[in-house]
Amino acid sequence: MKIERELDRPLWYLLPGGLLLAAVTLFPLGHVLWLSLQRRSPLSGPPRFIGLENYLRLAGDERFWNALWNTVYFAAVSVALELVLGLAIALMIERAWRGRALFYGVILLPWAVPTAVSARMWEWMYDAEIGVLNHLAGAHVNWLGSPAWALNAAIAMDVWKSTPFVALLLLAGLQGIPQDVYRAAAVDGASGWTVLGRITLPLLAPVILVALVFRTIDAFRVFDAVYVLTGGGPANSTETLSIYAYRVLFQALEFGYGSALAVSVFACVAAAALFYARLMQKALR
Amino acid sequence: MRSPLRAAGLALVMGYCLAPFLWQVITSIKPAEELMSLPPLLPTRLTLEHYAAIFAGYPFLRIIANSALVAACTTLLALTIGAPAAFALSVLHVRGRAAILAGVLAISMFPPVAIVSPLFLALSALGLHDTLVALVVTYTTFSLPLAVWLLTNFFAALPRELYAAARVDGCTAFGALARVMLPLAAPGLLAAGLLTFIFAWNEFLFALTFTATEATRTIPVGIALFPGLHEVPYGEIAAAAVTVTLPVVALATAFQRRIVEGLTAGAVKG
Repeated sequence: MKIERELDRPLWYLLPGGLLLAAVTLFPLGHVLWLSLQRRSPLSGPPRFIGLENYLRLAGDERFWNALWNTVYFAAVSVALELVLGLAIALMIERAWRGRALFYGVILLPWAVPTAVSARMWEWMYDAEIGVLNHLAGAHVNWLGSPAWALNAAIAMDVWKSTPFVALLLLAGLQGIPQDVYRAAAVDGASGWTVLGRITLPLLAPVILVALVFRTIDAFRVFDAVYVLTGGGPANSTETLSIYAYRVLFQALEFGYGSALAVSVFACVAAAALFYARLMQKALR
Repeated sequence: MRSPLRAAGLALVMGYCLAPFLWQVITSIKPAEELMSLPPLLPTRLTLEHYAAIFAGYPFLRIIANSALVAACTTLLALTIGAPAAFALSVLHVRGRAAILAGVLAISMFPPVAIVSPLFLALSALGLHDTLVALVVTYTTFSLPLAVWLLTNFFAALPRELYAAARVDGCTAFGALARVMLPLAAPGLLAAGLLTFIFAWNEFLFALTFTATEATRTIPVGIALFPGLHEVPYGEIAAAAVTVTLPVVALATAFQRRIVEGLTAGAVKG
């Protein structure tokens, strides 16, 4: 009887998940903050507390600013493209039709395949000498080898991979808009563009915002898409914050400075999340 | 939109999504000597040499088995831990419910690179470096927020009277969960399970960091680090990519409705 009453307490259902999240995400977050205040590298002897020195080094580190700029550029351009293309696709498939299941299955593929695998697929297509892209375009662009192109090439791959996700999300939002609204607009003789601008987009705004949040945050922490495609090169022109942090941590083995970089990634993502949370609160009001 | 224009647009989108896969398939059955130049676009003869090579010269089966094992264990654990939590959050009376859900959502936005260094130190200290257990524990944790979020929505959508009726009939909360709520939430479990499986099947950063040998390597890392003696063995990479894409194709075709539901449910309702 006592055990049975105990089983009514929500605590027991929440405890395993809560402990796991605390142990594997919250505790390490505290630990990485602590690590970022230390000097820890193979050459500097035992770990030593150095206060904010790593963060001061960060402020004067050109490679850090370069990585930050690359990350912001990657996020802004890829998310903007994904949103516009995703919206176009969603509007195109809005209504129910017969081939729909097939269509869903197909556009899920780029999203569902491991990013590392897609990156190798695109690397092969981008090849300057024997890549199919140059061949079909009749061009001789060194997509991944030139600093001017490489980051854009990575963006193109991310757009291919993530646009379907955005399209499906917006589509679900579109289907939530009551049909009466459209019928009323038709009776009033509104044109297609007016309906889009005055009815569809405003009613879709909350879902667009959600898509923006998901994609921006994913783009800000981008790692494998770029790491496997270019390794951060050429000449660090595609090095994002996550890649720079990873290289300092696991190639240079500088756990102190690398942790400060890792914290900066966290700060960027948190800032983006808070910005959107504000925006959503405003939208709700 | 007019129908022929729309059909053309849809065909274009599908072609755009499929083209890179198509090129992989073609590459994977092209003889090695024809890979070194373009044209010809299409192979003059078909070969399975690249497929033979990845299974003979590279422990590819082992890598696939590792990924399958890790993804299956992760899915099972995430559902086992996530479903009761979601049940409590949606059906039982939990103080601070909104705060807990917001916290779960916030954790789902954690950038993996931010905590990969302390996790690496902790796992090494526990003797779990270079084990599949390290991956299962991390993946379970990182997929938990999504599973909880999704399942909470599913449980909340079920009529509350069902739970009340089960309790009146003498079920404990746990009995009501196991016998009434879980079976009814089966579509939600399937959706959450599929997304978790795909996440674990695809994850790269932790796998790259926490594993060191071919005995524990998973597919994304195995393909990213594909060994090449002289030049990049694109034929073999293509064969490997096609092979590991097949299960994903199967999942996406068989369960596309559930996957789409899972992907959009949380976002549109939340």
